[in-house]
Amino acid sequence: MFQVPTIADLNLGLTLPALSLALGACVLLLLDLFVPRERKEITAWLAMAGIAVSFVLNLAGFNESGTAFLGTFAADQFTGFLNIVILITAFLGVLLSLDYLKRAKIERGEYYVLLLLSAAGMMFMSSANDLIVVFIALELLSIPLYIMATFRAPDLKSEESGMKYFILGAFAGAFFVYGAALVYGATGTTNLPEIFAAVNGIIAAGGSQMFLLLMGTGLILVGLGFKVAVVPFHMWTPDVYEGAPTPVTAFMSVGAKAGGFAGLLRIMVVALPVFVLKDGQTAAAWQQTFWLVAAATLILGNIVAIAQTNVKRMLAYSSIAHAGYIMMAVAAAGTAGVANEATRAALLYLMAYMFTNLGAFGIALAIEKDDGSDTGVDNFIGLAKSKPALAAMMTVFMLSLTGIPLTGGFVGKWFVFKSALDAGLVPLAIIGVLTSVISAFYYVRIIVNMYLKDGEGDPAAGATRYVNWAIYVAFAGTLLMGIFPWIATNLSDTVVLAVEMFVR
Amino acid sequence: MIPLWMYLLVAAALFCMGAYAVLARRNAVAILMGVELMLNAVNINLVGFWRYQQPLNMAGQAFAAFVFVIAAAEAAVGLAIIISVYRQRKSVIPDEADTLKG
Amino acid sequence: MAVLNEWAFIGVFFAVAWVFPFAPIFLARLVAPRKPNPIKQSTYECGVETVGDTWVQFKVQYYIYGLIFLVFDVEMIFLFPWAVAYRELDFFAFAAGFLFIFLLADALIYAWRKDALEWV
Repeated sequence: MFQVPTIADLNLGLTLPALSLALGACVLLLLDLFVPRERKEITAWLAMAGIAVSFVLNLAGFNESGTAFLGTFAADQFTGFLNIVILITAFLGVLLSLDYLKRAKIERGEYYVLLLLSAAGMMFMSSANDLIVVFIALELLSIPLYIMATFRAPDLKSEESGMKYFILGAFAGAFFVYGAALVYGATGTTNLPEIFAAVNGIIAAGGSQMFLLLMGTGLILVGLGFKVAVVPFHMWTPDVYEGAPTPVTAFMSVGAKAGGFAGLLRIMVVALPVFVLKDGQTAAAWQQTFWLVAAATLILGNIVAIAQTNVKRMLAYSSIAHAGYIMMAVAAAGTAGVANEATRAALLYLMAYMFTNLGAFGIALAIEKDDGSDTGVDNFIGLAKSKPALAAMMTVFMLSLTGIPLTGGFVGKWFVFKSALDAGLVPLAIIGVLTSVISAFYYVRIIVNMYLKDGEGDPAAGATRYVNWAIYVAFAGTLLMGIFPWIATNLSDTVVLAVEMFVR
Repeated sequence: MIPLWMYLLVAAALFCMGAYAVLARRNAVAILMGVELMLNAVNINLVGFWRYQQPLNMAGQAFAAFVFVIAAAEAAVGLAIIISVYRQRKSVIPDEADTLKG
Repeated sequence: MAVLNEWAFIGVFFAVAWVFPFAPIFLARLVAPRKPNPIKQSTYECGVETVGDTWVQFKVQYYIYGLIFLVFDVEMIFLFPWAVAYRELDFFAFAAGFLFIFLLADALIYAWRKDALEWV
């Protein structure tokens, strides 16, 4: 007979940040029915209140760690740190959307509910300790994003973006879950630490189990690779990012990446680190693959970005390139002893990327016209004259994306390159530095357009009060992380993901 | 008893057919059906592994149940998006949706 | 060989499944008298010929029932084990099941208030 769990077994206290957000979304769905059509900003404020509650709960429980829901849900500092990133993203996402939805005449309360649900999915992902939970979290974070990308319907671009995102996302989800099923078949469990324990025996035995495990790992990489948009699974990114409403693009460019990398790190570092460790080898077998993926992503993302004339597309390729830098840290996590350092580097990079990218998208949104046009690189010409403050902040965001010191982007890159060097991935680190130099080419072009080229200057009609607030927060975050990096590093130093690495 | 590998073979074949449908079919509804086929292949795998390896641990069956439900949710959202696109363009063929050029 | 025996049943079943419907049709062909006339050959679909193209567009509105049904229908997969094990459950597991039903109700109320359940 099965032991029926009691409420004490579930450790509900640890799950509060994620659960409160998910339940908050369900309640908001009902409350929104009573919000009059022309006052939907009430829904937005309620959503922000929900995010704030979750944020406070997350900070309060930051240093508690343990598992909940019978071992399927882990809460630790890794979760806490990522939840901070996810919740700030969601908060700024709501701020950016408030006036944008009005301008685009698509103001509906469901938008904020979907945003909360997607953020809840990302949070479940950051604390998933079981393949089933990873899968549910993956779909919970993606399905609302499909709808949000289509939110500008009947705008053709938006609908097309949603359909493309949906088809490729569902395809990738199927790959992921097929891989998860094979890993389950090889190890007989879906629990990540138990998979870790079972893998040792499989390596000793070899044979068909080994084959299942390798296939499963590969398919999981394909599935999550689609979500975080690494080469060769990146094709959807520019189209989807360009077509989706700009605040949605901002939200998903950071949130979906945070969620996807959370899942990737959890599965690869917690469950499969000792994977085929033969005598004398110090690295996981998947490291080679990740190395190649990271290198290809860095090169392709940065080079194709140069040719883009639309800022949203340019930022899409730039986001592919940044996925490459994070992938570099994940590859470094495959080396014995570097796993925790590399995990921290990936988290810091995500945080810096969050502030910078949300800010950059915020300014692209400010320049955009009501019908979604005028997001070209040329629309930045003369912005320094018409809106000097916005131009100055855009300069900082562009420098941070390039990785210039005193900005958050530099701190992120510093830690990622350091972990790659510590892991012995010297060629990869060199590729990273070189592609950063290439990236300066297209980032600086926007600065040149703003300051050095003569033009009328865009009135930046979209820079309404809330959009400005979001940009200020992103700007402050980027500079704070760049000038006082220890605020973030102190938080991340407590993150320990890999336990008992490389026991053999 | 039928050995486990036969089930895995059927599942792999189904998965490949589904993947082929996604890649080769031009109709969005047919693509969606391909995705459903892939997810059902996963279910065959999960239930097969559960029955042959761990009949007392319900993880495999529970996983299959979740895959079912998520597949349905995905299909509902996907169909809604496809209908919305269809109303605009009178076409459900993704190739003809080419406002965004890659 | 054990495998083959199990499959053999399916083979027999397959054969019978073909023979069963086709035998009567074939017998009827042999025995029945055939005297066609225009009235006999007319369409027997509620006695009325269709007017115009039969491939008409249904209103998109109808799909919404389909989609709502699709989503709510599969939720049964979670309620079924809960109902089967109902006698073994303590109060907490009972409450957990009800929490799930409340979440479903939440979605249903949303659909209802959005007039998605109106027949138009």
